[in-house]
Amino acid sequence: MVIQQHDFDVAKIYDTMRNQAGSDAGAIVTFVGLVRDRNAIAGDGSTVSTLTLEHYPGMTEKSIASIIDEAQQRWPVPWVNVVHRVGEMQPSEQIVLVMVGSAHRDAAFAAAEFIMDYLKTKAVLWKRELSEAGERWLESTDQDAERSKNWQQN
Amino acid sequence: MVTVKFFAQLRDAVGTDSLQIAAADLEQVYAQLQQSLDSEAWEQLRQDNVRVAVNQNIVNTNPALCHGDEVAFLPPVTGG
Repeated sequence: MVIQQHDFDVAKIYDTMRNQAGSDAGAIVTFVGLVRDRNAIAGDGSTVSTLTLEHYPGMTEKSIASIIDEAQQRWPVPWVNVVHRVGEMQPSEQIVLVMVGSAHRDAAFAAAEFIMDYLKTKAVLWKRELSEAGERWLESTDQDAERSKNWQQN
Repeated sequence: MVTVKFFAQLRDAVGTDSLQIAAADLEQVYAQLQQSLDSEAWEQLRQDNVRVAVNQNIVNTNPALCHGDEVAFLPPVTGG
């Protein structure tokens, strides 16, 4: 798991996981989150020019490591990598990568979705959006909260 | 002295990302902040959705603090 300012190369991360997993893996699921140019949360559709991600060095890493731990307790997913960028990003840039390797695809799909849902609500990160409407700090949506809650019940 | 850190909208409200405060427990940190912060920043800090970490662990009690400890005020998080 890495927190970094610079962009990441999906192909390189994928090759690394493939090499680590060898022939034990039957599936690698890759999710990449991108910065959108429209704000969906406020629903006003104002054009976003910059998204700034802030973190708390040490605690942010710990919070993501514990999300990965929980995923690995729930599903047989020996290979997990998360790369989360911080700092300023523009629309269409890559912001987060979740990669999960497993013997079978069902565990890999489920764990990747779980990790993303928890990143939205539990990772120690803050987002500030600069748009036509001005600057504002974002919060996770009700939908994000609902998705996290559903995992707690299942 | 303990280091008190503020993140995101709380940093904006307080006007700085960290303060040095002489305090023996978390209640004393609150007492000092109530005196030094303006009322708007103080109210934001006391909102229910603000979590407090001591040395990067979330606390829900009033832990004793030692010299060099780090207290952080964390507004609602979102990543991904």
